[in-house]
Order: sequence, then structure tokens, then C-alpha cells
Amino acid sequence: MVVRSISGSQSRYRTFKISIIYVVLAVGMVIVILPFLWMVSTSLKTPADIFKIPTVWFPNPIVWENYPNAMTILPFGRFILNTAKITGLAVVGATFSGSLAAFAFARLRWRGRNFMFVLVLSTLMLPFQVIMIPQFILFRELEWLDTYLPLVVPAFFGGSAFNIFLLRQYFMTISPELDDAAIIDGCSRFGVYWRIILPLSKAALMTVVIFIVQNRWQSFLVPLIYLFDQKKYTLALGLRLFQDQYTTEWELMMAAATVSMIPVLLVFYYGQRYFIQGVVFTGVKG
Amino acid sequence: MATLQDHIAATSARTEQRPWYHLNGEERLAWLLVLPWIIGFVAFQLGPMLASLGLSLTEWRMFTPPKFIGLSNYAEMISGDPLVFQAFKVTTIYSVTSVPLRIALGVLVALLLNASVRGLAFIRTVYYLPATVSGVAVAMVWLLILNGDFGLLNRALSLLGLEGPYWLTDTRTVLASFVLMSLWSVGAGIIIYLAGLQGVPNELYEAAEVDGAGDWVMFWKITIPMISPVLFFQFVIGMIDALQEFAGPFIMTQGGPGNASLFVMLYLFRQGFEFFQMGYASALAWVLFVYIMLMTLFIIRSSAVWVYYEGEVKGN
Repeated sequence: MVVRSISGSQSRYRTFKISIIYVVLAVGMVIVILPFLWMVSTSLKTPADIFKIPTVWFPNPIVWENYPNAMTILPFGRFILNTAKITGLAVVGATFSGSLAAFAFARLRWRGRNFMFVLVLSTLMLPFQVIMIPQFILFRELEWLDTYLPLVVPAFFGGSAFNIFLLRQYFMTISPELDDAAIIDGCSRFGVYWRIILPLSKAALMTVVIFIVQNRWQSFLVPLIYLFDQKKYTLALGLRLFQDQYTTEWELMMAAATVSMIPVLLVFYYGQRYFIQGVVFTGVKG
Repeated sequence: MATLQDHIAATSARTEQRPWYHLNGEERLAWLLVLPWIIGFVAFQLGPMLASLGLSLTEWRMFTPPKFIGLSNYAEMISGDPLVFQAFKVTTIYSVTSVPLRIALGVLVALLLNASVRGLAFIRTVYYLPATVSGVAVAMVWLLILNGDFGLLNRALSLLGLEGPYWLTDTRTVLASFVLMSLWSVGAGIIIYLAGLQGVPNELYEAAEVDGAGDWVMFWKITIPMISPVLFFQFVIGMIDALQEFAGPFIMTQGGPGNASLFVMLYLFRQGFEFFQMGYASALAWVLFVYIMLMTLFIIRSSAVWVYYEGEVKGN
């Protein structure tokens, strides 16, 4: 404490502290990034280079053919298309139905609102495993097995409570005076949702879209339960199949893994502002 | 004042006079907008959940009609199936190690980032990257990293002169491997803790500094109490998530070696979708559900001791 009260030493102490912090953060960043680099590097190697010691970081020769090879051993183009289709439908369904419910919770006065909102939130606690088996039986009765319906239809019925919660929180921050003004000007209540709340909530909607994309693109357990025909496989199931059949062909596996991660990373890169907002919005306020 | 109160009284009286089924326009619209969610909730969540409770009292192999057997499934779990205990043990060990470690690591990085570091946005993005990817691709990459012969981890250890184990095929290290893997994607937590740290008023630190408190004291007496609600929330969410771990063990170890990584969800999946023991699997699901609830309840109870809410009056 005595040292720190002298201003010269104090600033030296601060500089020292800050440099330590930078070093630790930098080491952490390297550790975080290494698995990605390792994946990409391996995806461009010859099999011999994979086992070589010391580690080969920059493959020589660079085997670009690993990528077309990995993509054609199994019909990955089709898997990607399938996943995109499911993800797209889920995004449309969940944002639309979720924002409608969120609007009712944030903007309309009705008896039962609080009870219903607590009910919505309580489903966040409901683990998927309890409903997994009866859902399977239900969808089997409906003859929806081996179709995309079990993956897509629930999204149109409100989707995840998490989205409703996030949108509702955001809608609440928009001034209600706008609604009143619009209604005086002859706008209907639904018009308020469509013409005022939605256009003003682009940031929150983007956040929700990004969360859904990230979630659906990589979802594994649900497609695993419902899809059997290889032609209908999603990317995650395709990767799993790949890993099952070509266990030792690491370079191809890493190429496939890289390709599967690119869309998610791109979405994150372009939408990180919304992403981080959303995480903070829902994670801090609880 | 009187007029306002009259107005409120009049309005609420009006609402109370209306029978519950008599909705005004706004209410009708509200229920209409929430209706899709209600249908989805009943059809895809509440209904299946109740059905699951019923199913857990039956023996049902999908291809023959279900047979009511009372609580036999639950009795079997307790006395006749050692794998259930094993699965809960594995899952619990994993959760109670991984979740606190994730929180500690996340808070640590967030603290460093909060020390007015330049390039914050960039560093934050880098740390968040692993949290954006998940599932099969990540499991595949970690299969390679944890490979005993030529994996990245053991290569790094050999640089330090250490010989790494066969991580995923050694009963002693397989769970540690999954914990390690979970630490990689700690990024979402970092962002949340950082936001929490930025919400701590600076005056508190300034006042403490005047009183001669050091960094260590300020960390424990100011920082931790002030962000404890965030930590609490992340702890609960983290436990609920960790207790349901599935994709990693399913792809990387299939529960092995010797059931040392038999997570409950994996065992549940096996019973339900490989052996088609739908009744038994439902019972297992309910036990896991109750277990998660109890864990959550325990954390909430304990939170009274360690979570500090601003504005909460603590009397004695």
C-alpha cells in the first residue's frame, strides 16, 4: 500500500499490471484459436503429415482436393440444402409466431397476461428429455416420422420461450406513446405490431434469427431421432455418418467439419453486434 | 388525487364486473396472438409431459401394446439396474466440475477484459468464437485433439516433457476430457460477466480505495457480491444444460470405456431409441427431470447465503 501511494511507482505498477493482463489474454486467445487452426491445417494435409512429429502446421503440399473429396464421398451438398431448408422454415415460423406472442405480452392489456407469461417462462425449465419420447410417439401416430415436419412444425407454434422472452423485453423498451399516436391516427392494434413495433425491433429480430440459425444448423439430437433416410439427412447427421464410416480419414473429416462451421461463423461475424446484445440482454437480467 | 383513485377504482370494477369469458377487443386480439403458442404448448409440451408420466408406469416396447406395471420401472432403476446409478454418477461429476470451472474461467477472463484493455471488441469476439460452433463438428475436432497418439493436446504436453494419456479411452481421464472440452466454449459466459462487471458502479471501488482496500479485497468484497446475481443465474442455467449433455459423449465415446462416460441422456437415448424400451426410458426421463429440479432448488436455496441483490433489505 505504501508503494502504491507514491504516484510514480503507482503508474509503473499499473503498466506492469496491464502488460501482465495483455500477456495472459493473448495466451488465452491462442489456446482458443488453436483448435480452429488445427482443424483447418489438418483438412489440408496428406495423411502422412497428420501423424508427423514435430507437428506440421503449414501443410506442404497443400492438399486442396481434400475438400471436393470430402464433399463428394457423401452427398454433402444435399445435406447442406436440407439443413438450410429446415433452418429457414424454423426461422420464419419461430420469429413470426414468437413476435406475435411477445407483442401480446408487451403491449396489450388482458386478464391472464401475467399468468400466461409465467407459464411461457416456466417452459424454459422444461428439459427436452421428458417430452422426447411421447413427442416421438405423437409424431409417429401422425405419420410424421422421417419427414421434416417434427423439426419444423413446432417452430410455427411459438418456437422457444427464450425468443418470446427476448422479444418481449425488447418491445417493452419502445415508447408506448408511439402506439397511442398510431391508434389515434386510425391504425389498428395489429397495425401497431406490423407497422411500428416490428420495424423498430429489427435489432432484436436479428438477434433471434441468429440464435435460431446457430441452434438449428447444428442441432443433432432431434434430427437423429426423426430422420432415417440418408437423402433427408441434415449436415450434423451427415457429419456423424462420415465420422462413423471414415474414422481414420482425419483430413477428410476435418474438411467436412470446416465446411459445416463456415456458415455459422459467417453469421456470427456479420451479426456479432446483435449476438452479443442478445446474450447480454437475456443473460444478465435473468 | 381523489379523481384519479376513483378512476382506477371504476376501471378495475368494470373489469371485475365483466365475466371472465366476456372479452373486449384488445383481449380477444391478445388471446388470438398467443393462441399459436398455447396450442404448441399443449400439443408438444404439456401433453407429451403428462403422457410421459403415464408411460413411465408401463412396459412398452413399441411393437406390442403398453402394459401397466405400476412403479416397477422405478423400482428396477433403483435396485436392478446398476447402469442408472453409474449414469447419474458420471453426469453429476461432470456437471459439478465443469460448471463451476466454466464460471471461474469466464469471470477471470471478463475481469482481465474489464481492466480497460484496448481492442476489447476484437478480443471478446475471439473468445466468443468457440461458443458459436457446437455439436458434431466440434466433437470431431476434439476427437482429433484428444487423440492419444497424435492429438494436439498430447503434442503440447510432450513439448513440456510430459507423456499425455489416451484421453478418451482411459477411464480415469475420459470425464476430464469432456470437462476440458466444455471449457473451450466459455465465451458466452465471458460476455455476460463482462456486462455484469461494467454495471458495478465505480464509486464503490473509489470509496474502497480511499479506505485502503487492495485489489484482492475489492474483488471479494465488491466485485463478487455485485455480480453474484449474474453468477447465480449462469450457475442454474449451466447446471440444467450440463446435466443434459448428449452430443459429445454420443459421438466421441458412446459412453465408454466401460461406461465411464455413460451420461444419463446417452443411456436414456439408448433405452428409448435403440432398445425401444419406451416405458423404462420415460421413467428415466422423469427421474432425470426431478433430479435437475432438485439440483436447481438446492442452488436457489443456497443462493440466499451468497447472492446479493441490490435494494434488498436484509433484516436480522
